[in-house]
Amino acid sequence: MQTPIDTAGPCGAETARGTPGAVSFWREVATLAWKDLRVEIRSREIVYTMIFFAAMVVLVFSFAFIRQGKAVGEVVPGILWVAVLFAGTLGLSRAFGRERESDTMRGLLLSPSSRTAIFMGKAIAIFLFVITVAVIVVPMIGFLFGVLEPAYNANGGLERVGLFDHPEQLALSLILGSIGFAVVGSVFAAMLMRAKSRDVLLPVVLYPILVPLLIAATKSTFSLLEGDTAEVWFLLEFMAVYDAVFIVIGLWVFESLVIE
Amino acid sequence: MRVESLAVSKLAKRYGASRALAGVDLTMTAGRMCALLGPNGAGKSTLLGILSTLVRPTAGRVTFRAGDKELEPGPALRQKIGVLAHESFVYGELTGWENLLFYARLYHLEDGEARARQLLDRVGLEDRAAERQARTYSRGMTQRLALARALLHDPEVLLLDEPFTGLDRTGAAALASTLADSKAQGKVMVVVTHDFDAIAGVADHVVVLRRGKIAFETDRRDPFSRDELEEMYHRHAE
Amino acid sequence: MKEKLIWVCAALAVVLFAITPTMIFTYAPMEKTLFFNQKIFYYHVPSGFVQFASVFLCGIASIIYLKNRQGKWDDLAAASGSIGLVFSAMMLVTGSIWARVAWGYWWVWDGRLTTALLLTTVMAGYVLVRKFGGPSAERLAAGLGIFAMADVPLVYFSVRIWSGSGRQHPKTSAVPSLTGEMRLTFWLSVLTFMLFFAVLLVTRVQQARTERILHETREAALDGGLIE
Repeated sequence: MQTPIDTAGPCGAETARGTPGAVSFWREVATLAWKDLRVEIRSREIVYTMIFFAAMVVLVFSFAFIRQGKAVGEVVPGILWVAVLFAGTLGLSRAFGRERESDTMRGLLLSPSSRTAIFMGKAIAIFLFVITVAVIVVPMIGFLFGVLEPAYNANGGLERVGLFDHPEQLALSLILGSIGFAVVGSVFAAMLMRAKSRDVLLPVVLYPILVPLLIAATKSTFSLLEGDTAEVWFLLEFMAVYDAVFIVIGLWVFESLVIE
Repeated sequence: MRVESLAVSKLAKRYGASRALAGVDLTMTAGRMCALLGPNGAGKSTLLGILSTLVRPTAGRVTFRAGDKELEPGPALRQKIGVLAHESFVYGELTGWENLLFYARLYHLEDGEARARQLLDRVGLEDRAAERQARTYSRGMTQRLALARALLHDPEVLLLDEPFTGLDRTGAAALASTLADSKAQGKVMVVVTHDFDAIAGVADHVVVLRRGKIAFETDRRDPFSRDELEEMYHRHAE
Repeated sequence: MKEKLIWVCAALAVVLFAITPTMIFTYAPMEKTLFFNQKIFYYHVPSGFVQFASVFLCGIASIIYLKNRQGKWDDLAAASGSIGLVFSAMMLVTGSIWARVAWGYWWVWDGRLTTALLLTTVMAGYVLVRKFGGPSAERLAAGLGIFAMADVPLVYFSVRIWSGSGRQHPKTSAVPSLTGEMRLTFWLSVLTFMLFFAVLLVTRVQQARTERILHETREAALDGGLIE
């Protein structure tokens, strides 16, 4: 058995060692992500609280924006993504908090798993949690704000498109948004795991970095409701770029950030 | 290539303003059991953390030697290290069996299931218990599962931090026999403990740490008895 | 040699700080539409330049620090972060004053101001992490610094998307109409600010470095058991 050579990346990250390495890397990622999912399916603690919290955010915003007995429809994109953002932050906090409580993260770091695999596994799990919440919250918003069907103005012209009329655009925006959140969030949550005031610091450092994604996501939902397909695709491309940039940086930098 | 020795030189570790280790030179060889003794806060856990390659020292270095080659820190080295600490590294929502299978996969074990079965047997966790979620376990059972986890990948270097705390009688017996076996198998072993009974007759290299420095060190061919260990501790740690 | 360079820069900065306001008030002519208020532009935009420079400097220093963990890079990152924050605040304040006089609002959500606001928030977060991040604050801050730097172009573009047809930032209409004198004053102002930033940065880094050397010497002695 040959002694593998450790090649160090820019920040001490371990790079993949050839094709057999790549396969086992993804297997590691799958093992780790599957573990997180299985733990969550058994306890259901995180996803239930996320959904409930997101629903509460939506309700609170609805009341905040009611005028003449009817909730204002223009705020739909904002409410959707703020609910996802807040609930997502809660889930992130809890997921990493759980690892910290039983110190199982140290067990993972002691194993021969590459750090990037640990990062990816966690990010995938967070992504799935967030997407689950989004899938529940979106119809709820559509229902409460009356945007499920298209709206026509006085002359019969199309004023607003229904929320689910372009499902592929909606789905893609939710997926890309969740990916971005999961990736950036996982890096920051992992970074802050041992810091004091970590629950307060997480949103403080995470949100400003997420703003470009938030802007693109809300505008994409807004344009989707307006029926402006070209704009929607442009924004989805921007979100994809955002995701790509931070996936690369996250992978590059994660290892150095979690070692003492 | 089996790990033959583990050496630290001029090791120091600072956490912000407090200093955990202040200049430690030590060599541990395969086939011996090094008992790391000392009062609380002496730096024992920190030293173990550094030996596990998880904690980076602020000064000095750690050398793992196999033959005349030096092993680099990294996945290959971590594959050879087994740690048993205060925390169990066990996932409460998974069953004992699932926990072991998960770690077997992480450690790239080909015969994961067989190993898991073997170890559950060794620590005395029967099938019915192994099929229950780990959070239903008693403290003793959890520690036994943790022991099984630590030994699963047959590590060449065993780092044990207060392993007897929380172990019930079955577990303690299993651990004691494991320690004896591991020593015979030529593993490198470092054990931090206050339980002199448990390591008497096995430990043949004693290091007493105090305030981040070695206060006393001795080793000999035959293992030390309980009284000898206790005497060394009282003389140099207090 | 480096010392002398710093003193030269400092002297130059002092001189420029004496000259530039004089030039702003006497040499540069009044702008056609905004008159006297436009002059704040000579302080506002250079502050923005420094803000950008500080974010990038912090990010690069953070990368280097994470790679080799040498204290001096951490010092540089920390200095860029905190000094950059001050200049960022200055940019926001001057921007606000300008907006107030020009359009009657204390804040306008135009592209550049919003970008500056976001960057300021990120830098404030950076300073907070340094202070409250616990024992490994340097490491965390370095990570944040890198992400912040990567975020800058994304922020810039997303804000442009967001403000779309929002209010036009006056600079977009004013810069082309800068006369020669105004241009000269402007670039001189930029130079002044950059020099000032550099001097502050170097002083701060020197100070941190001295502290660090002292600290590390003491620690080495303690580690080696030379002193108790």
